[in-house]
Amino acid sequence: MTDTSRRAFLGRSLALGCSLAASPLVTPVTMARAPWDTRLVVIILRGAMDGLDVVRPVGDPGYAALRGGAAPQGGLALDGIFALHPELSGLMPLWQKGELGFVHAVSTPYRDKRSHFDGQDILEAGTGQDALGRDRDGWLNRMLQAMPGITAETAYAVGREDMLILSGDAPVANWSPEAALALSPQAQRLLERVMHDDPLFRATMDEAIALSQTEMAELAGDGTLDTADMMNAMQENMRPTRDRDRVGSVARFAAERLRGDSRIAAFSLNGFDTHAQQERTLPRALAPLQEAVLTLRDELGDVWGKTAVLAMTEFGRTARLNGSRGTDHGTAGAMLLAGGAIRGGHVLGDWPGLAEADLYQRRDLMPTRDVRAIAGWAMRGLFSLDRAQVEGTIFPGLDMGADPKLIL
Amino acid sequence: MTFDPPRAARRFGCGLSPDIPAPTDAATMLEAVSGPDAAAQRFPVDGFDVARDLDLAIHELSRAVRSAETDAAREEAAARRGKLGREFRDTHMGWFRHTLLRRALTEDGFRERLAFFWGDHFTAHSKGGPLRYAHACFVEDAVRPNLAGRFADMLIAAVTHPLMLLYLDQVRSAGPNSIAAQRHGGQVGLNENLARELMELHTLGVGGSYGQGDVRDLAALLTGLSYRRSDGFAFRARIAEPGVLPFMGRAYGGDTPTLDRVVQVLEDLAAHPDTAEHIARKLAVHFTGDTPDPDMVRRMRDAYLQNGGQLVAVYAAMLDHPAAWHDAAGNVKQPIDFVGSSLRALGIAPRHLSDVPRLLRRDMMNPMTLMGQTWGMPPGPDGWPEADSAWITPQRMAARLQWGMTVPFRVMRLLPDPREFVEVALGPDAPEPVRFAAKAAETRAEGVGLVLASPAFQRM
Repeated sequence: MTDTSRRAFLGRSLALGCSLAASPLVTPVTMARAPWDTRLVVIILRGAMDGLDVVRPVGDPGYAALRGGAAPQGGLALDGIFALHPELSGLMPLWQKGELGFVHAVSTPYRDKRSHFDGQDILEAGTGQDALGRDRDGWLNRMLQAMPGITAETAYAVGREDMLILSGDAPVANWSPEAALALSPQAQRLLERVMHDDPLFRATMDEAIALSQTEMAELAGDGTLDTADMMNAMQENMRPTRDRDRVGSVARFAAERLRGDSRIAAFSLNGFDTHAQQERTLPRALAPLQEAVLTLRDELGDVWGKTAVLAMTEFGRTARLNGSRGTDHGTAGAMLLAGGAIRGGHVLGDWPGLAEADLYQRRDLMPTRDVRAIAGWAMRGLFSLDRAQVEGTIFPGLDMGADPKLIL
Repeated sequence: MTFDPPRAARRFGCGLSPDIPAPTDAATMLEAVSGPDAAAQRFPVDGFDVARDLDLAIHELSRAVRSAETDAAREEAAARRGKLGREFRDTHMGWFRHTLLRRALTEDGFRERLAFFWGDHFTAHSKGGPLRYAHACFVEDAVRPNLAGRFADMLIAAVTHPLMLLYLDQVRSAGPNSIAAQRHGGQVGLNENLARELMELHTLGVGGSYGQGDVRDLAALLTGLSYRRSDGFAFRARIAEPGVLPFMGRAYGGDTPTLDRVVQVLEDLAAHPDTAEHIARKLAVHFTGDTPDPDMVRRMRDAYLQNGGQLVAVYAAMLDHPAAWHDAAGNVKQPIDFVGSSLRALGIAPRHLSDVPRLLRRDMMNPMTLMGQTWGMPPGPDGWPEADSAWITPQRMAARLQWGMTVPFRVMRLLPDPREFVEVALGPDAPEPVRFAAKAAETRAEGVGLVLASPAFQRM
């Protein structure tokens, strides 16, 4: 089936009368507005993004020495030292408007073993290395626990799998646009009948139908879905897709919820583990990141002005290229900030330098700031959290340090 | 309420089938789980030795990549490593296929359910590296041979299994006074992870009568358990804490540390009344509902204690209790139960389940991920959640519905008549609205999908 025909009949399904009002999660009674108005999107970049190639320290004489002739020296000038990877050129207008920024030489407290899985656990749990393996909840969930008046709609984990960063005692919603339903009116009536006597199933099905409709909202059309359309749509939805094919619908769905009563969204992007041929493999991972940011900007409309997007990764990569023109697992890396709520146009951070003696274990960019401190300051700016809350429960044991003034 | 064959198949087995009769009584079910493992013989899954060989070979190729002196040699080693990694992944898809076929075609469904329960109770897997595909091997080695024996034997097999030692960091633990610790100064020391989970999850339960001091004592007692890729499991006295060691009021071991003291402490933990209570309750929750009948739990606990932890006696106490046969809504099936019992109700044959890994991933593995359960990759040491609300979320339910409406048709092509299918899948208690939906659906695929989506099918 072509993409166009899919869009056409997904659009037609909008004409279905869906029981939005019957849903327990979207009725006005339970949809009390969150007590704050700013929005936070956290994007987890899985695989360890090479900060030195994304935000290139071309003004540091050590850079050319480390990356050699094989390293691309170009890029889009950001300031006197740093240049942006060309694959992210679509974000330059944001940089110029002050809606895009970076923090360099940041890392989690995780050190030395350089395992993706442990590194991601630490990043999402927001704890120190000592808690490794015991992490059962994530820092965004602990932040929600500290906020009054949250509902199951306040925060969304978008995508196939649950995310540790949002797991925990506070209620959160999870939805993947891949799960979107396209039901013929007949099938929906029968389904409602079948579910009717089981309150859990009935409420959840209503909610799934409502979520499916919002996901398809932009594909408006006329007509009625017949059974064959329905089956084709479901087959199509279940087709395995790659990140870069999926990112648009993920970001669109996140924006859709954030335009409403949701305040937090988190999703992940994969593909940053560039051990070989980095000049080819890294752009493939960066394109979806750019698409995610631009889709959020386009779809959020006015809400973009109150939104901060943080994109962070488990650790950085080696300062030198390896024998396969890639990079191996390292320590410090870079973090991306975007949104109308951030003070962009700067590469923040305490630059450690790239001379041999400046490197961590003579191989990795030296971490000079805890990535949790950046996230902590961002949340403090967005949600007026107490510093004690951030350092005590959200990121236990963190010293936030000086205010980097990330939020306008 | 008393024993009811369709309910026995749905609540304690892998569901109803058009071809395989439901169990007739509890004694037959218990006899079957105590007998030979016919499903494992028909649809074999490898043990950990196979996983270890693959892991070792991949590790050696990684070393070759690192030490390669030319680009060509590096690329060649990397290519071979990639090929072997894919081979491991494909082998694991074969294990997954056999796991589904066991559920679809077994005459001893209780065994499959118990294997899953105990594999989850003793969650062990690897979050990364080639061994992330080895969970099924662990179940095959440590759980299946012991699920109708003594709990202590399963505990010993699970806790000393290489995958458990790796998962809960026991391989990094060394006694503070061990020879190894003395040689390397402060470089090695105790790791409490396995000791803690062993008491909290595997035996006494989180409410059990133990404290942080006991965790520390048990961690010291467990030192010596080790695993190395090159030579497998071993008890290494070099890393074991020497001397007679205290734990919960008793003394263990002698001058030279041996595996016996670990076995002895595990036997004692298995015999503890808190363990009996924890195991009885957990089984009752898994099979009969999130808030099990207290009298049933009490009888199961007593059966455990009176029979030296013989598990069949505990299962018998559950199956013999009227509360096990309640006719209220039962637990929601986990995705593995849902997919397995759907295939069983459809009457699939092995040829319907593709042995092409890509297709099996598309039709079974990926949809199960969308339902919230990536097979063999549990979220933490406490395994998969039991609460209905963990599984029936909008996304997870939508994934079940999409799977039920599309995949049966895709893998079978010729679907049963929904009006007959509703009787097969739900038995004589099929609710009227589901019968109506099966009759009113516009196509067979839709009708089958509606039956599979019904709460009556999705609950046990």
